[in-house]
Amino acid sequence: MKLNERSLAFYATCDSPADNSGFLYKRGERHTAYHRRWFVLKGNMLFYFEERESREPVGVIVLEGCNVELCESAEDFAFAIRFSGTKSRTYVLAAESQAAMESWVKSLSRASFDYMRLVVRELEKQLEEIRWGLAGGCGGSRECPSSWKPKQSPERLPALPAILPKENGCAVWNNALGVGQPLDTSGCGGNDDEGTPLPPPLPPRRRVLNGEATVQSPSTFCQLHERYSREVARLRQDWLEKQRGPRP
Amino acid sequence: MRYNERELLSLARQPAEKAAEIRMSVPKKGSVLKKRLVKLVVNFLFYFRTDEAEPIGALLLEHCRITKEEENVFSISFIEEPERKYCFECASEEQCQEWVEALKRASYEFLRRSLIFYRNEIQKMTGKDPLEQYGISEEARFQLGKRQQEFPHLG
Repeated sequence: MKLNERSLAFYATCDSPADNSGFLYKRGERHTAYHRRWFVLKGNMLFYFEERESREPVGVIVLEGCNVELCESAEDFAFAIRFSGTKSRTYVLAAESQAAMESWVKSLSRASFDYMRLVVRELEKQLEEIRWGLAGGCGGSRECPSSWKPKQSPERLPALPAILPKENGCAVWNNALGVGQPLDTSGCGGNDDEGTPLPPPLPPRRRVLNGEATVQSPSTFCQLHERYSREVARLRQDWLEKQRGPRP
Repeated sequence: MRYNERELLSLARQPAEKAAEIRMSVPKKGSVLKKRLVKLVVNFLFYFRTDEAEPIGALLLEHCRITKEEENVFSISFIEEPERKYCFECASEEQCQEWVEALKRASYEFLRRSLIFYRNEIQKMTGKDPLEQYGISEEARFQLGKRQQEFPHLG
């Protein structure tokens, strides 16, 4: 399978900030010897270089769907990047200190696009709730995860509604995203599917037609007319009696 | 460059954010438009021959520019080589627009910028950092300051 390697190499070496970088020992595939390599994590891509000054990475590990775990190894501070699937390779890495190991395990565990997308969706939902004056954010009493968990799964985040498939079989993710744009809260289909709270319904408008009374059938109008005319007659009667009353 | 091909192939088999048969050409001399199954999964665009299970290739959609070209056509190029374009001819203008929108949002870097934006907005409105409850507020990848030099969003 072809990959846009030139662009990948550029992405790895350009000066966009890395999410983590440092020396790690990487265990070889066939031989168990460890090689010291310079690692650079950007997004869900873990690049490794022969030297820190190397102009091109030796390789890259696509991290999507991986699990990061501690592992038993003769090397100190070792951890593994594992993928599901029968013939998947496990990458065994070793850091140079406890702190470095923890830092790497943390950043690698959260490196997937999926994870980032979940966090963004959650924040977008919170922002929308705030804007609509609903309870400010959900899960306020959620327990903080203990330092780090090696699993890749997003268990720590509140359960988000599952992506509903579109008819043509393609999953749809949040279409309302637009950095710098106001959120799409018009209650259109996309938001419904995502389970995002819709704005409260507007109170029903009273229709006032030009000059006419409100929409009423003729019979009702006649009844009203009757009722009011009786009332008017009665008031008129009272008034007339009052007029006569005070006369001595 | 070595890469974990097996995992990438596995990713290509996952449910797609978007998939369609689109005529596509690669930036090679003499390349013509050919019908391909094009599939967007996370920040990768895979392209297959329509009757094959394994993709011919994959494009990592980071630091790329998505450009609307002539009618029904859009292109993907990468910032270090803007003249090398992958061209896609859609069945309709509507489909073309949908793909352009989806691809512009399909990068990790776009997500990161969105996250920082929302985090900032929520903090402004509530005075609280929404990432604290997840214990990830100190993560380097979510910091505003570090990202100031981020490349402007292209396309």
